[in-house]
Amino acid sequence: MNTKFTGERRPVIRMNAAMKWGATIVGLFLIIAVFAPLLAPYDPYKMGTPYIKPCAEHWLGTNDVGQDLLSEMIYGTRVSLFIGVFTSIIVTVISAVVALVSGYYRGPADKVLTALTNVAMALPGIALTVLLVAYLNPGKLSVIISISVTAWTGTARILRSRVIQLCEMPFIKIEKSIGMNDFVIMVKHIIPNLRDIILSRAALSVSSAMMTEAGLSFLGLGDYGEKSWGSILHYAFYQNGVIRGYYWWYLPPILCTSLAVLGFMLLGYYGAQKWS
Amino acid sequence: MLELNHVSVEFMSDNNVLAVDDVSLRLLDGSRTAIIGETGSGKSVLLLAILRLLPPNAVVSGSIAADGEDLLAADSKRMQQIRGGIISYIPQGGGASLNPLLKVGFQVGEPLIEHRKYTKRQAFEASIPLLRRFNLSHEEELAYSYPHTFSGGMRQRAMVAMGIAAGPKIVLADEPTKGLDEKRVRMVADALDLIEDETLLCVTHDINFAKSVGRDICVMYAAQQVEFGDSKEVIGHPLHPYTRNMMAAMPENGMRYQESGFAPSHDSYTDEAGGCRYLNRCREHMERCAVTPPLFDINGHKVRCWKYASSN
Repeated sequence: MNTKFTGERRPVIRMNAAMKWGATIVGLFLIIAVFAPLLAPYDPYKMGTPYIKPCAEHWLGTNDVGQDLLSEMIYGTRVSLFIGVFTSIIVTVISAVVALVSGYYRGPADKVLTALTNVAMALPGIALTVLLVAYLNPGKLSVIISISVTAWTGTARILRSRVIQLCEMPFIKIEKSIGMNDFVIMVKHIIPNLRDIILSRAALSVSSAMMTEAGLSFLGLGDYGEKSWGSILHYAFYQNGVIRGYYWWYLPPILCTSLAVLGFMLLGYYGAQKWS
Repeated sequence: MLELNHVSVEFMSDNNVLAVDDVSLRLLDGSRTAIIGETGSGKSVLLLAILRLLPPNAVVSGSIAADGEDLLAADSKRMQQIRGGIISYIPQGGGASLNPLLKVGFQVGEPLIEHRKYTKRQAFEASIPLLRRFNLSHEEELAYSYPHTFSGGMRQRAMVAMGIAAGPKIVLADEPTKGLDEKRVRMVADALDLIEDETLLCVTHDINFAKSVGRDICVMYAAQQVEFGDSKEVIGHPLHPYTRNMMAAMPENGMRYQESGFAPSHDSYTDEAGGCRYLNRCREHMERCAVTPPLFDINGHKVRCWKYASSN
């Protein structure tokens, strides 16, 4: 055989311009989060002179107890991103499992899970999250749990409809007809075909989780011990930052949250558009 | 041996549809049977009923047995071993018949992983001789490529390879020539001819393909089996008016088909009234046709028509 056949390899993800921007932003924040101890000029908990305006020593100034805001922001990136990404993983896993079970098996399991999804959808998200956070022990984990409780519904519904669609595809029926077990069909054949939705919905749920986390911390319901963008904002407002003109204190967390959310949105939204 | 005894399939819904009505078939080991019939005559449903892959609202009555084992009574675990392991299913090789995200070699070898406990690597390697058996050429490269690089004929032959991968005893093929041109149809027929040891049950609406693939032919009309017999007999000397009209309508027979004065009523499939399903389109109908005829056996050639009542 002397003909050379080069099988076409499909790249895992092909990005468009918007997604590249999103990836750049997200990548930047990830680098900041990972290398926080190296990048931060000061210990974010070390106190000093309060209310210093941005200057050469303190690029973003200091807060009411004299902690360096740049260092706080850098360490805050860790908490905000961690909560966003971790919540998104939990949300995606829950919704994928719900979607697979209800879409693949149909019947009573589908009815129960769809009913559950509808109930979870009807619950007012923010209110329930606030209630839950208030009842649970303060900390990252409880924030993650409370956001996850209501955030999985949308993805679950979209995935379920796609699973039902896929189950009608000939190759899934063929898999059943050659006696493959259900778990293999789901993992090997259905989930890879859901990849586009899962990835883009996961990116979008990171951004919504970060927003919710910022909101919770702003309300003072976040993790007390740790700096997050939301909690910086919380203290800035607690000290009447806007009225007193501490712009260097309240602007960075707002901008960073918006930018990070934009990054994940670009990834998720344009990713979904491209694939659909 | 695959034995179907008075198999009926009914889909339960607001108005129940009887998709298969009283079909009896006895496929001896190594036999090759083609089922021909119009779209909607219940051919594919019959195959799916054998594998118990019908949607939950389908009710199958009668009995289906493979080598004496009652398939309708088997639990789902046993069914999974039977599917692909004992009875395999070759579907239409249309666009979505292979998972677009996986290499063909993996998918062709997949039944081996499930039924013969091969490792992924072994199954992949075993897929190459399987593909070679059906003359796909450049098998090594093809095994590594994705389904979208396959043409329709190649895909269908790959499906045949996948169907027989785990060495089943009975092969069910569901319209394996749909959407293929004359030459590819012959290729698929050749591929099916290579399946010699297995019992073949092939559903098609291509009469010439049925002739070349099946030694026996079963004709279905409106959910009922109207004629069954040796393929030469059924095609050369059809008994049932429907089969006769069908054969007369073939181009090589001069397209001599004249419908009766009645309007054809496909909608009457589910009539409670009973009677011969072909009544409204039949030129030779008589009074007795108001009662559903049984299958008359004329020297092994079975036909569901009152015309042959006397010879029984």
